[in-house]
Amino acid sequence: MLNAERKPVTGKRVQLMATCLCDAFYDDVARATVEVLEHAGCTIDFPEGQTCCGQPALNGGDWAAARKVVRHTVRTFAGEDPVILPSGSCAAMLFHGAPLAFEHEPDLAAVEALGRRTWELLDFLVNGLGLTSWPGRYDARIALHRACHARGTGSLPAALTLLRSIRGVEVVEFGELEQCCGFGGTFSVAFPHISQAMGDLKLEHIRAARPDLLASVDMSCLMHLSGRAAHEGQPIKIRHVAQILRDALASA
Amino acid sequence: MAQQLIDQFAARLPADRRAAVYQSTKTTHEKRTAMLFDQFAEPHRLRALAGGIKQHVLENLDTLLPAVEAKLQANGAQVHWAATAEAACAAVLRIMQARGATKLVKAKTMVSEEIALEHFLAAHGIEALETDLGEFIVQLDHDRPSHIVRPIIHKNRREIAQSFERHGLGAYDDDPQTITRRARQFLRQKYLQADVGLTGANFVSVESGRLVLVTNEGNSRFSLAAPKCHIALVGIEKLVPRDRDLGLLLNLLARSATAQQLTVYTEFITGPKAATQPDGPEELHVIFVDNGRTDVLASECRAILRCIRCGACMNVCPVYRQASGHAYRSVYPGPVGAVLSPLLAGKKFPELADLPKASSLCGACHEVCPVDIPIPDLLLRLRDQGKRAGAPLAAAGTPPMGAWALLASQPAAWKAALLGGKIINYLPTKLLPVPPLRAWEKSRTLPEWRGGEFRRWLRHRTTP
Ligand code: SF4
Repeated sequence: MLNAERKPVTGKRVQLMATCLCDAFYDDVARATVEVLEHAGCTIDFPEGQTCCGQPALNGGDWAAARKVVRHTVRTFAGEDPVILPSGSCAAMLFHGAPLAFEHEPDLAAVEALGRRTWELLDFLVNGLGLTSWPGRYDARIALHRACHARGTGSLPAALTLLRSIRGVEVVEFGELEQCCGFGGTFSVAFPHISQAMGDLKLEHIRAARPDLLASVDMSCLMHLSGRAAHEGQPIKIRHVAQILRDALASA
Repeated sequence: MAQQLIDQFAARLPADRRAAVYQSTKTTHEKRTAMLFDQFAEPHRLRALAGGIKQHVLENLDTLLPAVEAKLQANGAQVHWAATAEAACAAVLRIMQARGATKLVKAKTMVSEEIALEHFLAAHGIEALETDLGEFIVQLDHDRPSHIVRPIIHKNRREIAQSFERHGLGAYDDDPQTITRRARQFLRQKYLQADVGLTGANFVSVESGRLVLVTNEGNSRFSLAAPKCHIALVGIEKLVPRDRDLGLLLNLLARSATAQQLTVYTEFITGPKAATQPDGPEELHVIFVDNGRTDVLASECRAILRCIRCGACMNVCPVYRQASGHAYRSVYPGPVGAVLSPLLAGKKFPELADLPKASSLCGACHEVCPVDIPIPDLLLRLRDQGKRAGAPLAAAGTPPMGAWALLASQPAAWKAALLGGKIINYLPTKLLPVPPLRAWEKSRTLPEWRGGEFRRWLRHRTTP
């Protein structure tokens, strides 16, 4: 569904964009991303000037503000190396949303060029680097939430391929996989009732499958769902897929 | 923090209504998906192909419309052009008055809702009776349709039985078969008395001038059986270039709309009754309706005009499922309506500028759309338009992004904000890296603030 035309990966030098959520809350996910990429043989460059992908403003309708942040990101991630993000939604912002907001801008080409070398982590590991399995062991029944921004990209099949190849992992099915968790960035603030109802439905389906933990390639969905579960006094365990891969390595 | 109108509506929606909408949309969506993937190897490629055909039509309307006019005329039909809703209503009235007609039966057409035809005709002493069961019930109750394929998706049979009783269609009985039988008995008489049968058209083939109508109740056939005059109200975007395009589009339409391989009735109408035919309408009038469509065509959202009104996008939409159709305050609800309704509103765009906000941008609508309309992209464009127009309805609930954008384009300030996050509650929300955290916390618990931790780890670790 998303425009995800990508430049083939040649080298193993990558730039990491941690995303603002990992910068602010989920530092361990960013660490796991580093460790997973290094295990795959990558050398990582972390541009210190990075901030946010600009998605809150794009979705909020303030495209002028979004372009300002995107321009900063384009400058910060100069070069030719792939840019890797532990988030399907921020990656999609750079390869799909940003070009949309720059359609009539003189610097569209630079934005598109960044988009063509931007990858969500799992998509990169499998479809960029060509990995087909992951070593190690991780004993858990895992419910994998289908983050919406991974729709139509290689991220979900990639995550499933690697997760299923880990000894001890069982990926459990649950209902209404195609339905959104209800986060949607500013949507969750402007539509508190609907957002909550969507989250509760999602949690109901997930709980019915009795997983040990809920995983995703996006922390925003997990923040919303676990935040809702904790608020209701029934916390659920969440893990980014990168954390599972990293932890599996411990017993490789 | 202002809450959006559609969210307020959803919060007030009675639980049984929401349950009815949710169950019906979920079931239809799941059957649709199973059927498409069961019966076709690559449904997504079919959607792309169908989208390409309809997009081709949109980009060539300037030549296709005159071509279909000539074809229709050659087939014996009379063609009328209506630039506005008023002009379309007036055209219907003119045709009826010329025949001294006072009674009209009407098969389901969204365009007639759009131009408020029933209301207009009533003011001129003309009865326009709905014959689609759902629309008939909506009409009885002076209600409004809440779904483009299932107009009474919000009603349960108890409500319907009560309203039948109120309107003298028999003592209370909520057995669906009884309801249908009573409606049928009532409508039979009306079909016979009507002077004019009015329909829409799902497709019009430029190649042959054929009008294509699909229904499940056969009411459009009845509407054209006795009356001597047939009026078809057709949006100018309903064309397909060739008859053979119908093979693909009809297959996708029925599966997407109601999870059927084909609707029960598919009619191909190639003009009024021929001399050799025993009966049927002697006059066929086709009214092509613009009503804002050329403006949509000129906009960056023109892809929405590919829509074949299957309703799949609303069936899968989590927001529609929670809010139901009336929340959208317009003829077209759900994801398609969130794009189309504000656009068709023209100068009144600001009054519906909140509709494009009613989406988490999850993309489920695009994924099911049989003509592959990138609805989320169009919603985003309209959000930008709403912001630039300064529409207050669109702004409700969205924090201002200016200060945040400034912060996010200045690395030093950004890092300081990350480190300062421990005083989260003392900062204006708009200065936080993720703008709306404060409001968010009302119904969710925030994770622990760990701003700066990852960067510290990365700096101090010994690289392997
Ligand atoms: S936008 Fe697409 S899915 Fe929605 S009603 Fe139109 S054709 Fe169907």
